[in-house]
Amino acid sequence: MSALARVEERALAERAVGVEDLVVRFGDVQAVRGISFAVCPGEVFGLLGPNGAGKTTTIRVLTTLLRPTAGRAEVACHDVVREGLAVRQAIGYVPQAISIDGALTAHENLEFYGRVTGVARRERRERIDQAVEAMALDTFLDRLGRTLSGGMLRRLEIATALLSLPEVLFLDEPTLGLDPTARRVVWDRLELLREEAGTTILVTTHQMEEAERQCDRLAIMNLGSIVAIGSPAELRQQFAAPSLEDVFTAATGGTLEEGGSFRDVRATRKRSRRLA
Amino acid sequence: MSAQPASAPAGSLDLSLHALVLRAGRLRDGTLAMAWAELRKLHHDHLDIFTRSVQPLLWLFIFGTALQRNHTLSGGVHDYRAYLAPGVMAQAALFVAIFFGLGVIWERDVGQLQRLLATPIPRLGIVLGKAAGAAIRALAQGVVLLAVIAIARISIHWNPLDLLGALLLLVLGTGAFACLSMILASLVRTRERFMGIGQLVVMPLFFASSALYPIAIMPGWLQVVAHANPLSYEVHGIRELLLGVSAGGALWLDFMVVVCFLAVAAVAAAKTYPRAIL
Repeated sequence: MSALARVEERALAERAVGVEDLVVRFGDVQAVRGISFAVCPGEVFGLLGPNGAGKTTTIRVLTTLLRPTAGRAEVACHDVVREGLAVRQAIGYVPQAISIDGALTAHENLEFYGRVTGVARRERRERIDQAVEAMALDTFLDRLGRTLSGGMLRRLEIATALLSLPEVLFLDEPTLGLDPTARRVVWDRLELLREEAGTTILVTTHQMEEAERQCDRLAIMNLGSIVAIGSPAELRQQFAAPSLEDVFTAATGGTLEEGGSFRDVRATRKRSRRLA
Repeated sequence: MSAQPASAPAGSLDLSLHALVLRAGRLRDGTLAMAWAELRKLHHDHLDIFTRSVQPLLWLFIFGTALQRNHTLSGGVHDYRAYLAPGVMAQAALFVAIFFGLGVIWERDVGQLQRLLATPIPRLGIVLGKAAGAAIRALAQGVVLLAVIAIARISIHWNPLDLLGALLLLVLGTGAFACLSMILASLVRTRERFMGIGQLVVMPLFFASSALYPIAIMPGWLQVVAHANPLSYEVHGIRELLLGVSAGGALWLDFMVVVCFLAVAAVAAAKTYPRAIL
């Protein structure tokens, strides 16, 4: 049995996340076309793909924001359709767009997400202190969200997602629009989190170098399907490519991306400007 | 073996009761958390209340003063400004509530809404919390307006219970219209379109109500519209509490209509909210 097969088998048996034949359709458009994959507990799993590949749609299904058209998905051993509440209690989610309330201070944002994620009042202060330490937020706790830099915002967002001690953390393009230093800080903090708390992380990214360095395994999506899956080294070997960027080009057919609506592109550019 | 079928319903009843209690707890916590956040935002931007209070004051002191001696419009009340005060209080709150939906569209665009919907807080909790936020702003605005009315020596009842009742009705009505606003926000894609729809909703609601003049002076068809308009009941109730005058309807009916409107609008908004992310 190959190493890849062993990992897949373990992931299927334990699965922090399990997706089987997942289909999502919007009218005539099939955004996700029968994908299957599993993520082991404690693993950092990356979803890569061009705009419109179906990454965000997949994450939205896994975070219970969208109902799949067909197939099934489980997160922390709970079905995303039948046990949506249990899933929402087990996850942390940082969407691609900025989810921090700019009219509240960093500390108030932490307090707010502590409340809405159901952290008991007696534990809230301690959890907030832990999250502040984990994401190094102590220097800007009293500043309004709208005055924070991109790197600060992303760290704060991740901190708010950690308050409920999630089993699985979903990060949709967490380093989009950040400069290299801010990206490094975010990943250093996530690495620490993974080592200390063993949190499973499912991340989407466009940054190949980042994916190669940070993810244990990757799935490359194109036009709603998974076209390659494995560890970065396995993928390089499988595609006989020197870098993950070459793997990406080979796996997605090297075509110019056609996905993503005007609205998506405009929103992405706005976010990048806001975070820069 | 026979115990199993007998015990199963009792167990499931306990379980469903437990689930109901947990759900109610999450609803309460979520609503309070949302309302708390709105209070904090108000704390950071308290000038907002004063700037928003300008418009109702203009209505009261320019429109109201111009028609001060008009007894047809004032429904028999000596000073038209006193008659108008409950109307502009409700109108100012209506503006706050209806344009609250803009915030929902903004939150959808920046990602806060997706994030909230992926938390364990029930959708009804999000809606009620947002409605509470609008109601808090309307309440603060109402208190400012009452203070100005007191300074201007406009004659209204200063009975504390009546004042509390009037503010309660204002809060309930604002919450209901905020829910209506969230329904509208979930149906449109852009803030620009929402602005147009908001105007389209606010103006008929305002003019086809008893906010500015008694329903009795309206033509028949408009009276029918005004009687179907929840704002008429909100204004009528506040006017009865603050001035002691009634256009015929009972105070309990005003409260009942506004509470029912709030319940229906809140449930409908909680149903339409998921569409907001698509």
